[in-house]
Amino acid sequence: MRHGHRLKTLLALFASLVTTPSTAMTIIHTEKSLYRNILVYEEDEQRCMSFTRNQQTARQTCLSLDDPNQFVFVYTRMMMGALYLNPQPRNILIVGLGGGVLPMALTKMFPDARIDIAEIDPAVVKVAQRFFGFNPSPQVQVIEEDGRVFVKRTGKSGQRYDLIMLDAFDHEYIPEHLLTREFLLEVKTLLTADGVLAANTFSSSRLYHHESATYQAVFGQFYNLRVKLRNRIILAKMDGLPSLDTIKQRADALEDKLKLLGFGGDWLVPLFSTERDWDSNARILTDQYSPSNLLNSAF
Amino acid sequence: MRRFFIFLIAGWSGFFVMAIELLSGRILAPNFGNSIYVWGGVITVFMLALALGYLSGGQFSRYDPTLRRLALLLVFGAITTIPVMLFGDWILEWIFDLIQDPRYGSLLSATALFFIPTAIAGMVSPYAVRLLVSDSQLSGHFAGLLYFSSTFGSAAGTIATSFYLVLYFEINQILTGLIGISLILGLLAIFTETSTHAPRPPA
Repeated sequence: MRHGHRLKTLLALFASLVTTPSTAMTIIHTEKSLYRNILVYEEDEQRCMSFTRNQQTARQTCLSLDDPNQFVFVYTRMMMGALYLNPQPRNILIVGLGGGVLPMALTKMFPDARIDIAEIDPAVVKVAQRFFGFNPSPQVQVIEEDGRVFVKRTGKSGQRYDLIMLDAFDHEYIPEHLLTREFLLEVKTLLTADGVLAANTFSSSRLYHHESATYQAVFGQFYNLRVKLRNRIILAKMDGLPSLDTIKQRADALEDKLKLLGFGGDWLVPLFSTERDWDSNARILTDQYSPSNLLNSAF
Repeated sequence: MRRFFIFLIAGWSGFFVMAIELLSGRILAPNFGNSIYVWGGVITVFMLALALGYLSGGQFSRYDPTLRRLALLLVFGAITTIPVMLFGDWILEWIFDLIQDPRYGSLLSATALFFIPTAIAGMVSPYAVRLLVSDSQLSGHFAGLLYFSSTFGSAAGTIATSFYLVLYFEINQILTGLIGISLILGLLAIFTETSTHAPRPPA
């Protein structure tokens, strides 16, 4: 079954190579960072940042060259669902910069909001500025540090955020020390009393069950936004989830702003679900037990 | 039997060191992250500890070397690993508050938690060579066999820990298992030595 699927994919790939030579990919920039090889390329009117040459699995950011404001990735659109839980964020933390698409959109929507971004790789920060139009400012600051260390230290300093977005990925997946209950508890101390958490994860492996159980244990019920076998976004709120009716009202109020990003409530709202579609017996990930890379590769 | 234990202890010691080294990265990650600096700090400390262990193990072997003492090295290595489980979090938290820079934080943490057990593990190999070599003609032969057992053990410890053990067990469970096996192996070797030595009739 899997084999047949792979063959089909290969054939499709081959067919696309043969029939559409005009959409060849142009490499604009390559860079070896401390952690990975960064590749910037253009293809189909899009500019993308990738951490390996295998663009299907490791594309980190893509920008539409026709309209850079539009969100190319489904996951970034779903991350904006966090605004239905907190329509007016003032202090935002983003863990994982990528090309900077999320902070750029958020600054445009909320010019007064303060945004801190924790990014481990200085080379990613450089590439985001040079090729993706990202610009730090007094309002938007990048801290070049491991996300876990930043969260832990900032939590101790007393700083709080009303919106936290977790979007830290390496060439494979989220680093394992950013998946544990202890990390999520540290994130929780960073949130204000009505703060909102948005986390980008995958839903294509056994790890999905473990991650879901871990988030559930720390945050209780959350909105689970899924697109078939792809990204899954977790949206949690410190003082309880707003009802779907409230979500719809807020979606209407935010409609103009989100339309600029290329989508609207008619697409996003139906994705909101609180249904538990994971194995609730799955073992919770902790600092003591977090074999995420192994669980992620075994289906 | 005696030789078998010497090779087994050297091999297990290699396994033990690499398993601990891999886990140390995991143990440090919650406070210092997974950055290249942290691995740099961990590897530096383990290499330094092993270097000093080799040096002092060689010195130690000059005075009345016995299998019993080799086994005791294994036992002490295990015992000095116990504080990692008991006070590890507390020590890491303290260093986290003390040092802002993750490079020096991880260097100091790895030193505090792992330097002593790793140095003791490093003493095992040269000490074992001394026990095996009775004829200088064969010194290279035995040194080779010993490097083989110890490094083969290291490879086994690396793959077992990173591929399988972390998938089924918590870090502290793995540490407990490693310490337990060291203690059992050490005590077995001590027991064999005393039972084969004492009744030996004079030649």
